[in-house]
Amino acid sequence: MDWQAIWLSVRLAVSTTLILLAVGMPLAYWLAFSPHRWKFLVEAVVALPLVLPPTVLGFYVLLAIGPRSPVGAFYGRLTGGMLPFSFQGLLVASVLYSLPFTVQPVASAFAAVDRKLVEASWCLGVSRMATFRRVIVPLALPGIATGAILSFAHTMGEFGVVLMVGGNIAGVTRTVSISIYDQVQGLNYGAAAETSLVLLAVSFTVLALTYALQRRVWAIWPMT
Amino acid sequence: MANDLSCRCRRRLDSGFELDAELRLPLDESPVTVLFGPSGSGKTTLLRLLAGLDRPDDGAIRFRDATWYDGSLRICLPPQQRRAVFLFQDCALFPHLTVAANVDYAAPRETARRLIDVFGLADLADRFPRALSGGQQQRVAVARALAAEPVLLLLDEPLSSLDAAARARMRQDLRRMLLNGGVPSLVVTHDRMEAVALGDWMAVMVDGRIRQAGPVQDVFRHPADAQVAESVGVENVLPAEIVSHHSGLLTVQVGPAQLQCVDSGETGPLVACIRAEDVALTRDSPQLSSVRNRLPGRVLSVIPEGPLARVELDCGVPLVAVITAQSASELHLNPGDALCAVVKTTSVHLTAAPGQR
Repeated sequence: MDWQAIWLSVRLAVSTTLILLAVGMPLAYWLAFSPHRWKFLVEAVVALPLVLPPTVLGFYVLLAIGPRSPVGAFYGRLTGGMLPFSFQGLLVASVLYSLPFTVQPVASAFAAVDRKLVEASWCLGVSRMATFRRVIVPLALPGIATGAILSFAHTMGEFGVVLMVGGNIAGVTRTVSISIYDQVQGLNYGAAAETSLVLLAVSFTVLALTYALQRRVWAIWPMT
Repeated sequence: MANDLSCRCRRRLDSGFELDAELRLPLDESPVTVLFGPSGSGKTTLLRLLAGLDRPDDGAIRFRDATWYDGSLRICLPPQQRRAVFLFQDCALFPHLTVAANVDYAAPRETARRLIDVFGLADLADRFPRALSGGQQQRVAVARALAAEPVLLLLDEPLSSLDAAARARMRQDLRRMLLNGGVPSLVVTHDRMEAVALGDWMAVMVDGRIRQAGPVQDVFRHPADAQVAESVGVENVLPAEIVSHHSGLLTVQVGPAQLQCVDSGETGPLVACIRAEDVALTRDSPQLSSVRNRLPGRVLSVIPEGPLARVELDCGVPLVAVITAQSASELHLNPGDALCAVVKTTSVHLTAAPGQR
């Protein structure tokens, strides 16, 4: 069994989820509350990874972070390294690829928070930022948990984007699904079955946890 | 002039409704002002503009020496800086916080603790809002608002979420809470009993415009125009005192006369509300009829209003009657004439008087 690949995937999934929460919550807030008339364009861009083939997304990410692009050049000057075929490059791609899995559940959870509660808080003299922290986030917690867990599970299983951006470097970019593909290509069915089973178990556990957590959150959170 | 709320603002809604309200409230004279009007007249819209939750298209709002909004100077303070706390119809308590944490939300712990005691919420402090009755939620909402040390309270139909019995009880409670809080309040309502029981001043809003503002009983007695009269509906608001009650009927003293009415369970100082249409006039001598409520008096003036006539009487207390022009001419009414006003028992509505004016 390729423990190295499993460990790499877990690291990638956890980092992606954390970055997505930091980036996705402000974006979801904007999508839920902004009255901007061109908002639908941003919504469409956020949802793109849901329908775009991973190879297409991967291709564009590869171009965007390559050494000849401004982003890649800047990164090169900053760190002396390169983004493509590195863990950091993979992280960038994963964040983009799982963006809708965080943003959509979180945005709909934000939008479901009773607007009056938010306005009541503002009237009581509490700033927008503090209101977000003290009213919106606690009431949207089940949605935020769902977004985080879906992003984690989605990153654990990603394949096409990894292949395009990360390649297949053991310990750097070889994730679980790439490892399984490799094993099958090498006709090593026994190892592939073992690794697949681990991935299946992880996915099932994570999803079961999501639903259990949601139930529990609903129970301790007195929402009408 | 400095201790005023003055507002002159316009706002067009997407529905095509246009609000164009001009209002000046003397906060010293009027601790509790009622913003009265039929539903759809723009009361809540105006309240939201005052709170800073919505932005007028044009105009100015000034509170004491501060400018809250000025369209021409491009000033628009956010709600946080106005400290005009908006109380929503359904209280909008934070469902994930206990009663104590709700009151505590925007206040120093000391202030919150004192208010929890004052409002009798100590036993409920650890409960969540969904485990409270409507009246209890109301108390928590007012306590939470006062804890934030506001300069103005804006209440949107505060009693409408309660059932009828609780509403009558809460009117007095609410008035007491608002007075004890020491913060000027503006209360939106479309219920005339509520207006009478809660307010010192009232402003009447019809079709997005303030049509009349003044002391409550003045507005009821002298509506500025027919639309105001129609929306306030009650011209006669008379102080009353309970004399006795007997088998569901209450006898109250109104000026020199005694009136019988249905006992609605109100106590303390009361006012009797009688619609002008419900006052009939007769020249018959009092003994000839079985009707109980008769007020002998004199005609002060007769004002024809199309098919109707508005008759002002002095029956020891001022009384207004609206009768058809035909019956007015049949009665040959002239100022100074003595006659008798007749009011049915069921037409006298009692409500708690706003105390401590």
